[in-house]
Amino acid sequence: MRQIAIIGIGQSPVTENWDQSIREIAGEAIIAALHDAGLTSADGIFIGNMLSGQLSKQENLGALVADWVGLRGQDAVKVEAACGSGAAALRLGIMAVGSGELESAIVAGVEKMTETKGAETTSALATAADADYEVIQGVTFVGLNALVMQRYLHEYGWRHTDFAPFSINAHANALHNPAARLHEMITEQDYQRARMIAEPINLLDASPIGDGAAAVVIVPLEDVRRKFPSQAGLKRRNIRISGSASATDYLAVHSRKDPLWLAAAERSTRQAYAQAGITPADVDFFELHDAFSIMAALSLEACGFAERGQAPRLGLDGEITIHGSIPIATRGGLKARGHPVGATGIYQIVEAVQQLRGEAGATQIENAQIGMAQNIGGSGATIITHILEADRVN
Amino acid sequence: MEISRHWRLRKQRYGLMGEICPHCEAKLFPPRDICPECGGEAKTLYQFSGKGEVYSYTTIYEPPAGYEENAPYTVALVKLDEGPIVTAQLTDLGEEQVQIGTPVEMVTRRLRQDGDERGMIIYGYKFRPVGLGPH
Ligand SMILES: [Zn+2]
Repeated sequence: MRQIAIIGIGQSPVTENWDQSIREIAGEAIIAALHDAGLTSADGIFIGNMLSGQLSKQENLGALVADWVGLRGQDAVKVEAACGSGAAALRLGIMAVGSGELESAIVAGVEKMTETKGAETTSALATAADADYEVIQGVTFVGLNALVMQRYLHEYGWRHTDFAPFSINAHANALHNPAARLHEMITEQDYQRARMIAEPINLLDASPIGDGAAAVVIVPLEDVRRKFPSQAGLKRRNIRISGSASATDYLAVHSRKDPLWLAAAERSTRQAYAQAGITPADVDFFELHDAFSIMAALSLEACGFAERGQAPRLGLDGEITIHGSIPIATRGGLKARGHPVGATGIYQIVEAVQQLRGEAGATQIENAQIGMAQNIGGSGATIITHILEADRVN
Repeated sequence: MEISRHWRLRKQRYGLMGEICPHCEAKLFPPRDICPECGGEAKTLYQFSGKGEVYSYTTIYEPPAGYEENAPYTVALVKLDEGPIVTAQLTDLGEEQVQIGTPVEMVTRRLRQDGDERGMIIYGYKFRPVGLGPH
């Protein structure tokens, strides 16, 4: 496999976007990423998306988006892995360009979620779970996470309020991200008083849905200076994908031996660490899948940043802020940047590239060299991990 | 929703029919073709007792389409006496406060009513605290 570099990024703000259709939102992010790369085309287009068929009554997104951005004729396809669709699309792009099948690819994630009624969107999201044995019982996606969080509180003795730092940190970081859905600081008191959605998960444990798209352009690392002179002109640091791995687990929470352990996160992260030749201690920041505060905790544990049952301690000790030992959600995370589900995995990659290029503004992590992004499909059934590294400027 | 899709699952929905692995005797619910314990093929039916205890629970305040009329309602992970955990609604709770560890038993109840012109009503398992008589 050839090594892969990310040479362009683009994103649209996560919003309730009544002005743009799914193709327009996707097109905006893709055109921005091509501009950023100094290109006008790419060999392949991979679109991460979960809900276009259900909520926009639109499939065949590969061709739709290629047509819209003027790249008719190119190889283009939609990739679906529930909320993990974005990273799943990136992995396919990496395999296509890494293998030599394609010389360049655009990988985008797009989702349009705010046009439908709440109950309809809730039902659509629940299709990530087991339709016959979970969803039929009236459990929502939030409900599944609530079942996990309730048990976590019981088993490890934490109070609900001990999870507040995850949400407070995400909101504080999103304040400085123009693309974020939410721009408001929250306090521990706000967190404690938030409206209950599915006990013990309240509104400030949960990420907001939204419309949005993010895109990256990938090429072989060896080509960056040789074939793309515009990149050399920018004096930008090369961003290399040094680890990419995906793993699966039982689809349903109830089937897992330990419903409080993300086995697929452990497995995909271990593979990605091995590919990159690093350990958790080398990771400068972690864009994790904080769809719910409990998911942030479980991810930190399964990826080796905290002992089992101890992740809330990292939050309480301030270790997850941009000045801590393992900064998370540095641009707002799912919690405050927003969670346009199939697009989320690419927003994470765009944000990681911003950090590694030194373009993260007020939430810039000093000397960031290695970033990790992890995207989760369903309640933990598909977990995809990417590690990005910045080369030193030469 | 499609009628055959629910009819196909009638043994599971009405009778909590799972499987026992012929190779390692692991008891499986829901049924699956390959035993997760030993990797052997598992197709031998096994009748679960319907007794268990609450492993975790939550109250759903924002229900999906088709479940609005009963909201808020309680959903649990129920650990069956035979080992597996199932996701199910709790019912007949009355004033009782559910807790992790509360013993429960299976009952058959209406799960949802489809809003289309056929108005199909889907029945299936829920669980209620042990010790309560039929309502
Ligand atoms: Zn077996």
